[in-house]
Amino acid sequence: MTDNTLLINRLERLRPGRILVWTLLFLGGIVMVTPIVFMAATSFKTGQDIYTLSIIPENPSLENYLFILNESKFLRWMMNSLWVATFSTASVLFFDSLVGYTLAKFDFRGRQIVFVAILSTLMIPTEMLIIPWYMMSRSFGWIDTYWGIAFPGLMTGFGTFLMRQFFMNLPDELIDAARIDGWSEFAIWWRIAMPLVMPALSALAIFHFLGNWTAFIWPLIVSNDPDIYTIPVGLASFNGEFQMDWEIVMTASCLATIPTLLVFLLLQKFIIRGVMLAGLKG
Amino acid sequence: MILTFWDRLTINQKLAVTAWLFLLVPIVFYVTIRFYPTFEAFYVSTLKWNLLGTQKFIGFRNYEKIFTDEDFWLVLWNTFKYAVFGVPISLGIAFFIAYWLNEITFGHDWIRALYFIPFLTTAVAMAWVWRWFYQPMPIGYFNIMLSWVGIPQQPFLKSIEQALYAIMAPAVWAGLGFQIVIFIAGIRAIPRSYLEAAEIDGAGRWQILREITLPSLRPTMIFLTVVSTIGFLRIFDQVYTMSADSSGGPLNSTKPLVLMIYEYAFDEFKLGYASALTVILFLILMVISVLQLWLMRKK
Repeated sequence: MTDNTLLINRLERLRPGRILVWTLLFLGGIVMVTPIVFMAATSFKTGQDIYTLSIIPENPSLENYLFILNESKFLRWMMNSLWVATFSTASVLFFDSLVGYTLAKFDFRGRQIVFVAILSTLMIPTEMLIIPWYMMSRSFGWIDTYWGIAFPGLMTGFGTFLMRQFFMNLPDELIDAARIDGWSEFAIWWRIAMPLVMPALSALAIFHFLGNWTAFIWPLIVSNDPDIYTIPVGLASFNGEFQMDWEIVMTASCLATIPTLLVFLLLQKFIIRGVMLAGLKG
Repeated sequence: MILTFWDRLTINQKLAVTAWLFLLVPIVFYVTIRFYPTFEAFYVSTLKWNLLGTQKFIGFRNYEKIFTDEDFWLVLWNTFKYAVFGVPISLGIAFFIAYWLNEITFGHDWIRALYFIPFLTTAVAMAWVWRWFYQPMPIGYFNIMLSWVGIPQQPFLKSIEQALYAIMAPAVWAGLGFQIVIFIAGIRAIPRSYLEAAEIDGAGRWQILREITLPSLRPTMIFLTVVSTIGFLRIFDQVYTMSADSSGGPLNSTKPLVLMIYEYAFDEFKLGYASALTVILFLILMVISVLQLWLMRKK
């Protein structure tokens, strides 16, 4: 082992060692995005071209995109996903932070019980609830509705826990001062406390939105009508229909992936910080 | 002057009333959408019920049937295989990359982004891409590349031996970015003074890694192990998309527990039997969570 240690130490000091590490990491990173690059490249290929591994298509064409937009309900699915994820995220931001704030800053009997009860819901896997949710949706007519897709995720134990942690760090004096000034409790939360936990709120928003955008099993169960599919359910419905037209499937997959990648490229630092935040607190 | 109910309360009582008012809608939500369905799942697991037919109470008979079903044991074994192989492989790769990535500064953010991007993709979309890669010649890129170096064609998704690992690969791939970011955060949280003291004492890179970095990362390791174990035990999206007709084939060799639950509940509508399976999944995940709490408390 000593030989090895010496070698690594020396490599570390020498620039070539650094360059080697850098190059290997960079190449590894390129390998990581290869599936995405090939997916995007193939979406512009037609006919025999799809059998070539070239990243830049010989005869680039938008034919596949036109086909997807005309022959499938992809745009509709995209709007469905967007609407459900936005609605659900707004609800989570509002309620998780309201509950988190109440549990952090109000002193009342039963607070601990409520907190533990909400925290305990983190132990319940979605898979165990989907059958009861499905029965509930059948009896209330929520099958094939946006509400049906969204209702299970309108509040989350994770978000509540995260927000509570952040609200606990706010000084009580701030809240007491606002009370003396005659602010209502709701206004204190909404106008004073909320702006101070913006980083946590944005992390929660990104996570919940992304989770909803990619959510699969529940939307798959609660929607039978292709008009109500979200993107993942729509994509899965290709299993059978366009199965052999790989360039079509790749185009649809590409359309599903691009929005999140664009958001990531715009907000990279922000998102990574959010992941670290959630990972360390959670 | 008539005092209303509200005016007669002390300040603390007013605050308590406000708190319960704020919690009113959430409590209704958690009771109806979380707790009641949880109990219902246990209850339905004791029924023989075919959705449209009548409900019949049969006690633990669903569980008895499950435990004598050979397919269940195969599926359970598959489910564990995803976790037992997937977790160490992904954590090993993630730690290795995080460790070295932490040391480079030039272009750090951009290289990290390359590793992180797969985490943001939709599992179903990427499962399609991987399924395409696994196709035989002349379509599948993996087989095309194998042919360049003279390795014979591999069946991948069509093989009972290979399919499970072929489906596990995109799940590992997509999870790496998250684990790397968490590992880097963990490594950076190690107090610099520890590392500097070790360096002054003449400890080499390997020694520092083994005696300072790895022990300090214990909480991070436990967290990531539990999160990814639970993730692999609940694998569904990839199997549903990558196996022909979403059947968990060939010959059930890739079918995980969640897909079995899905089939019993929503293809065959045997809700009682499927609920019993969900209870079993719940208990397995519960054991892992409790194990995590116990491990975290030990130190």
